[in-house]
Amino acid sequence: MSHDHSHSHGPGEACDHGHDDHNSPEYIHKTIRKYLKVGGILFAGTILTVAMYYVHIPSVAATIAIALLIATVKAAFVAGVFMHLSDERKMIYSILLCTVCFLISLMGLTLWAMNDFPFFTLVDGKPF
Amino acid sequence: MEIPYTVKPRPDTGLYNAKLGIWLFLASEVMLFGGLFSAYILLRVSSDLWPHGMVSIPVGTFNTFVLIASSVTVVMSWASLKLGKLSAFKGYMAATIVCALGFLGVKSFEYYAKFTHYDVWFKDEATAKKYFTAAYGEKGEEATRKLFVERFHLHNTKATYDANQIQLTGHLEGNPMFATLKKLTSAKKDTILFEADPPFGTHDHPKAIEVKLSDVQRLSAYVPAHSTYFAIYFTITALHGLHVLGGAIVLAYFLFTADHWWKKSPEQMANRVEVGGLFWHFVDLVWIFLFPIIYLL
Repeated sequence: MSHDHSHSHGPGEACDHGHDDHNSPEYIHKTIRKYLKVGGILFAGTILTVAMYYVHIPSVAATIAIALLIATVKAAFVAGVFMHLSDERKMIYSILLCTVCFLISLMGLTLWAMNDFPFFTLVDGKPF
Repeated sequence: MEIPYTVKPRPDTGLYNAKLGIWLFLASEVMLFGGLFSAYILLRVSSDLWPHGMVSIPVGTFNTFVLIASSVTVVMSWASLKLGKLSAFKGYMAATIVCALGFLGVKSFEYYAKFTHYDVWFKDEATAKKYFTAAYGEKGEEATRKLFVERFHLHNTKATYDANQIQLTGHLEGNPMFATLKKLTSAKKDTILFEADPPFGTHDHPKAIEVKLSDVQRLSAYVPAHSTYFAIYFTITALHGLHVLGGAIVLAYFLFTADHWWKKSPEQMANRVEVGGLFWHFVDLVWIFLFPIIYLL
């Protein structure tokens, strides 16, 4: 991970930055401006998602893809900025790497299992 | 005994212990909600009929804004502590708790509306048609079918649906919660007054009709037992709601013990608030996915 304030560290300790950087008032003021910006982005993203519903895109697949894409971008901002993940220690990244692997496997199994259902169920001899 | 590494990072992890703890916990939470999302996807793609428009989008959007606002205020409360501003911390934390209570209040209102809303299925087609006409007049069957077709987004509107597959939707006299056919009959009732929902696209409530309980095959409020849709809806949103409640209690504890902790150890206090905030952001993050999935798609 690269940090814009890593100048005080040696090259080998990128994730072991000193505590003082994060506690300086300048740094906190800078992050506060970032928090407000991200808040604005989250509001805008929500409006965009709802607007998309009212515009009504004919393709169901496209609607789902766009809605989930906006949600993922919003989630990335929350995790990256509010939860400080854009600038964390190695230990947390390794925990989250495991979680991401497990989550992707879970969703992969879900997609795989989706094909196990009978399609075109008949009601009174006619497809729904 | 002193709890170690509440302020200073532990040399081998590079983190104060609570932070490592909360991230391990959040990792398990990702899998908890991930499992429920997976269940939701499988239930939905395997069902023949999946209802739409059962929850109010403006209400859901409002609650999304409330949660986002609370995420901003909670992180601002932490930043205020870092800047040494205790009173600003208190203001932001109080705002966060107000948002949390607002979210839960709106959610309770939504739940109440569901618990008092009923679907009624009739024992056979002829009986069903009789009640459709009673509720909506001469074109009653058409009006009821239209509501059915719109609820399930059925494109093949000419397909035949047994009239007794199609439910009459509305409210019971006195607006009771959780009434069932069994409860009503054991209360020695023969008939109920039923206020059917307005026809599609209008807000004009038709006149209440009398429904004989002996004509009813099934009667259910919008509770988990109503359908797969409501089962998964209530499971996920109630679990999320419990997280909001739990988070609000912890944050309220931070607010009410602020003076004590500020004197004792401001650094440890800031770390506690950061950890509580991490949980709070996670709850917001889950809602960011829940909102489009449940309200919009």
